[in-house]
Amino acid sequence: MRALFKMTWVEFKLFLREPIGAFFTLIFPLMLLFIFGSIFGNEPSELMGGLGSVDVSTPAYIAMIIGTVGLMSGPISLVVYREQGILRRFRAAPLRPVTIIGAQVIIYFLMTLLGVVLLVVAAHLVYHVRLPEAPLAVFAAFCLSLASFLAAGFVLASLMPTARTTQVVAMAIFYPMLFLSGAAGPRQIMPETVQKVSEFLPLTHVNILIGDLWFGEGWSLVSVAVLVGMLVIGGTVASRTFRWE
Amino acid sequence: METVCQIEHLCKAYGSTIAVNDISLDVQRGEIFGIVGPNGAGKTTMVECVMGLRRPDTGTMRVLGLDPHRQGYELRQRIGIQLQQAAIPDRIKVWEAIDLFAAFYQHPADWNKLLEQWGLADKRKASFASLSGGQRQRLFIALALINNPELVILDELTTGLDPQARRATWDLVRAIRERGTTVVLVTHFMDEAERLCDRVAIIDQGQIVALDTPHQLVGKLAMGTRVRFTPGNGFDPVSLKDTQGVTSVSREGSEVIVSGSGPLMAHVAAALADHNLAPSDLRTEQATLEDVFLALTGRQIRD
Repeated sequence: MRALFKMTWVEFKLFLREPIGAFFTLIFPLMLLFIFGSIFGNEPSELMGGLGSVDVSTPAYIAMIIGTVGLMSGPISLVVYREQGILRRFRAAPLRPVTIIGAQVIIYFLMTLLGVVLLVVAAHLVYHVRLPEAPLAVFAAFCLSLASFLAAGFVLASLMPTARTTQVVAMAIFYPMLFLSGAAGPRQIMPETVQKVSEFLPLTHVNILIGDLWFGEGWSLVSVAVLVGMLVIGGTVASRTFRWE
Repeated sequence: METVCQIEHLCKAYGSTIAVNDISLDVQRGEIFGIVGPNGAGKTTMVECVMGLRRPDTGTMRVLGLDPHRQGYELRQRIGIQLQQAAIPDRIKVWEAIDLFAAFYQHPADWNKLLEQWGLADKRKASFASLSGGQRQRLFIALALINNPELVILDELTTGLDPQARRATWDLVRAIRERGTTVVLVTHFMDEAERLCDRVAIIDQGQIVALDTPHQLVGKLAMGTRVRFTPGNGFDPVSLKDTQGVTSVSREGSEVIVSGSGPLMAHVAAALADHNLAPSDLRTEQATLEDVFLALTGRQIRD
């Protein structure tokens, strides 16, 4: 327990010293908010059921942060640890893998949560965005989504040989998914066939799940099922394929 | 003598490549035990089995009375390890790293003292990335000693260090033994093993080809003694053939090599003095572990 606590504390400090990771989790969503907010404003629109552009985008940006952390930051830093021999050194100490992965997961949860809170507070203060109808349910959906994406990300980390390939493959998976899922722009305006395709992407379900709860439309059970499925399968595969070196 | 590490008939293969082929040895408490051999001889695989990081195919091992594979966690509480090709995060600070590792163990040493002992006290706040090769190596040794281990395994400790840092590191290894810790030193530097180790196992192609004290290994080689010098003009070295103890005289470039046995140096020096010669480079040449390896395997260690 002491080892996990110390490890988490050190990982927290390392996270803050790593500008790229901190930027994409904490700063980048705020940048998007202000850029698109200043372009489109937040005037209620008929097309979006009486909501403003920023109203609709804010929960979608949360999905984007979850995708970035789960599919990019998580696996890339794990592979860097493996590639540089850091896991090898940890392994020579009396440490269980769960302590190393656990500390990382805790930090990703806390930092992603911080990124989300910063985003929502800024959106509310500047654009008077509607806060979620059911904040606890949104928080639960956030936890499920992030856990599920981190599990998939750790599978990716097991499969990839180097940090460089991990980065390339993660980007190749993440960016198309980001734009198709509606996390970067509303799905409602996409052609019907594209919408159909996007239903096969996990990030779409993060977007639907959080968006529905945000606007008081309840739990999308299909999305919950998809994300729980990804968590169970991803978690099992990741723990079976974990490599120290 | 108490055995701290006992290996019997250890075998480990990766696919069709046999890395360790029927190795048996004992390490005694308080000694510096060397495992030497060329790169790829199976040294690292062997010690990784001993640490419980790899599962051997066959063979039995007891380290500090524990089975490394089944009781690896307990074993790693009690041994210290410095691994080849291992690292800690670039941005971690020296004090954070050692403080972190201290938290992994039930009975950690005072890390402030360790940093002082290993000359890292003024690097406390430096990041790992900013340390020199020698400083990193000292930090890894300090990390390996954080649990006051009974046994320390050092794998290729001085690879990548300049000659001065290597010598300084040798003193550090002796210092570890002074504290009563048993040291297993894995190296492909024969001179390092010869200077530091009480006993040495020479490994080649996964097998032990020799195991003894460096002195005995060199002695067994029966290379005899050789004396070398550069003669002055007009001296015919063939006249040394009649000197007591000399078996042969040969030339290598401008140097004369006199081979023989017994107190050869004294006899040769006396014979030269008779000719009014006192070459300033007159010296005895000793066989080294490198010669032992060459004699046993027919190859240079750096092939």
